[in-house]
Amino acid sequence: MTTPLVHMKNISIEFPGVKALDQANFTLKKGTVHALIGANGAGKSTLMKVLSGAHSHFEGTIHINGEAATIHTPKDAASYGVQTVHQEVDTALVPYLSVGENMMIHEMEKKPFVRWKEIHRKAAQLLQEMDIDISTKRLVSDLTLAEKQMVLIAKAVSIKCSILILDEPTAPLSHAETSKLFSMIHQLKKNGTGIIFISHRMPEIFNICDELTVMKNGTDVAAHLIKETNPKQVIEEMLGAPLEDQFPSRTTLEDAPIVLDVKELHDQHKLNNIHLHVKKGEILGIAGLVGAGKTELCKALFGASEKKSGTVQLHGQTIHIKSPHHAVRAGIALVPEERRKEGILTEETVGWNVTAASLRSFTRPFSFLHRSKERKAADGIVKRLGVKTPSLEAKVKHLSGGNQQKIAIGKWLLAEADVYLFDEPTKGVDVGAKKDIFSLIAELAARGKAVIYASSELSEIAGIADRVYVLYDGSIAREMTAPMTEEELLYHSTGGQS
Amino acid sequence: MSERQVSAPVQQIKKQRPSFHLFDFFYQYGTILTIVVLIVVFAAANPAFLQSGNIINILRSISIVTIIAVGLTISLAVNGFDLSVGSVATLSNAIVISMFVWFSQNPLIAILSALAASLIVGLLNAWMIVKMKIPDMLMTLAMMFIIQGLAQTYTKGATISENMVLPDGTFSTGTIPAFFSKIGQVPYIILIMAAIVLFAHVFMTYTKHGRLMYIIGGNKEAARLSGIHVNKYKIAAYLLSALFAAIGGIVLASRVMTAEINAGTPYLMDGVAAAFIGFSVMGAGKPNAFGTFIGAVLIGILQNGLVMMSVPYYAMDIVKGSVLALALALTYYKQRG
Repeated sequence: MTTPLVHMKNISIEFPGVKALDQANFTLKKGTVHALIGANGAGKSTLMKVLSGAHSHFEGTIHINGEAATIHTPKDAASYGVQTVHQEVDTALVPYLSVGENMMIHEMEKKPFVRWKEIHRKAAQLLQEMDIDISTKRLVSDLTLAEKQMVLIAKAVSIKCSILILDEPTAPLSHAETSKLFSMIHQLKKNGTGIIFISHRMPEIFNICDELTVMKNGTDVAAHLIKETNPKQVIEEMLGAPLEDQFPSRTTLEDAPIVLDVKELHDQHKLNNIHLHVKKGEILGIAGLVGAGKTELCKALFGASEKKSGTVQLHGQTIHIKSPHHAVRAGIALVPEERRKEGILTEETVGWNVTAASLRSFTRPFSFLHRSKERKAADGIVKRLGVKTPSLEAKVKHLSGGNQQKIAIGKWLLAEADVYLFDEPTKGVDVGAKKDIFSLIAELAARGKAVIYASSELSEIAGIADRVYVLYDGSIAREMTAPMTEEELLYHSTGGQS
Repeated sequence: MSERQVSAPVQQIKKQRPSFHLFDFFYQYGTILTIVVLIVVFAAANPAFLQSGNIINILRSISIVTIIAVGLTISLAVNGFDLSVGSVATLSNAIVISMFVWFSQNPLIAILSALAASLIVGLLNAWMIVKMKIPDMLMTLAMMFIIQGLAQTYTKGATISENMVLPDGTFSTGTIPAFFSKIGQVPYIILIMAAIVLFAHVFMTYTKHGRLMYIIGGNKEAARLSGIHVNKYKIAAYLLSALFAAIGGIVLASRVMTAEINAGTPYLMDGVAAAFIGFSVMGAGKPNAFGTFIGAVLIGILQNGLVMMSVPYYAMDIVKGSVLALALALTYYKQRG
């Protein structure tokens, strides 16, 4: 057997309070595509960050081409030919520069003068070699997501790339774009590049990869050749101990009235013919992997995304939700996924945040604020949710993720909606706060609210939802009723056919 | 869930005595402290500085800046930036005086036309920013040029004053009523300023609308997803900004009784300085009307005191700029930390 391209042995890394990696091993052979899979938080990304030099305080050894490698900074990693294409392609490109400039930034750094012809000639040659048909003169801001990704891959390969890490590369791509990406991967493979492919999508992994490593709880639990395994086995290996005790017990009425009824919902990009309904007192799960369209669905229902078609009925009456303002007036609340960007005001105080959506109920004549009433209500919410804050005057940015999320939710408890949309409410939230959030959601349902719970944490969906729609690539792939298992959800979320 | 101890974390932590941080102290009281120090220094250098006549003089000198800066402050509160306030003041100044001198109108018509023209500018600003999605500062910069040019075109590049020579060679016959000239004099000019600062302070701090403006300024997307009519409030902010700039222009007109070319322009930069110094007053960390007033007072005292100490006018901007830099350092150093 030849020496492996990458051999990571007994890698451990600790962050304050968490052991993110615990004696993890990983081996990549030359000219192969190696899938790295695991549930969220299993340590895939952390392991790859160690390899790409983003974390310097790890224990364990890395060998590249059989020689011990010291990787402490991204620069070290680059010198060994490790390149990463992250899922968020926009963070790695300068939108108002051309494709050529973006690809040649490292070259332009070296010389005091820019030789434009040279830049574009070289970039064009690289793109041609990779069989990518994009003009180097185009602005990056005009490219589609898929094109941006191709540019990034071409750029990564151009530098010196023997190890290419692709982090969830297919999540934002359509089918046609995905097959284009796969032909690029085949090309690279032929040139001897080792490719690490991080993905949740079983069909793709079994299509493109040669080997796979399964991670769980910060360590590698299994490694297989693709041809010697099957999706069912891999999913079993991925799953952790069941988390059922985290979830409150649920009782639901069979014949509760339908609160929200959605038919033929489309949006411009992702959503395709969505039919769904949610009943009074029901927790409806929207399961799906990253990029399946959960966020788009929540935003569309909340009137926060543009241009859509379809009918929405609330309490049997057709409503037209043109903006979040309309949605809130109609009694729909959204706890958005991007908490810091969309859910809370980080620079403002806890008190201001909690009452932001319901200020109308704290006014006196002439819109003067009834401050003592507002304070009392905010204090009530903070106590009820157990938000750990020094005072109502503390700025929200100083609180932990879990407490920030409680505030993002608490805002809507004061506003008293009928339909609550939760988009990935447990993202970046610690275990203790997670449990509080689950009980809160169950409590809302018990009070007769209709709850829509969208998440890619399938174990959580399986634990809390009464009924689930599984989203795959913008469409509802299947409807399921509790009890359901995480395996079933994962099977359908990864595009498995029933 | 009920058996969990979630009660009163609020009170527990509050009891801890806050340790004294020198920087926090300066952040909260730095501006006020600077004013006190300046007063002491100037008074020591020249006892006339503290005479009531001089204090009234300072307040009068900052009135117009403060009025305009309060409008700017409101645009800053929604995380906007109205650079057109100076030229709106110019325009409103020109319209008021021309109404009297050229068209012999009564004060009501004159003032209303100035306000109306300015509100149209505010509406245009808001519309272009909200609907065309032009970044606030760029749009209002463009508007600044447009309005500056518009005011100059309207006055045909001349200073409007009583008994001016008209293009046809005759003298204008309109007069500026005595009542109008009172607006720009003590005590009315100071009272108008005080009323506007008070109004804006109460509006921003004690009403729902003010709070929502701050929320929009804090995080537009979060505000939108909380069901707040972000656009409506941005439009309102730019209308208020233009309104106060117009009032500033009218007061200016009454004070100088003429309409000079670009008369309002210098008030933009002083207003920006006052508003930004105001961020740090009493540790507010955000645009606020009272802080803006204090900022204007600081600039006014500096200007007045330096004149009394015979610092030449042409060196004044060095000091003004340095004070602004210091105030900004206090605001932004804190925000990063």
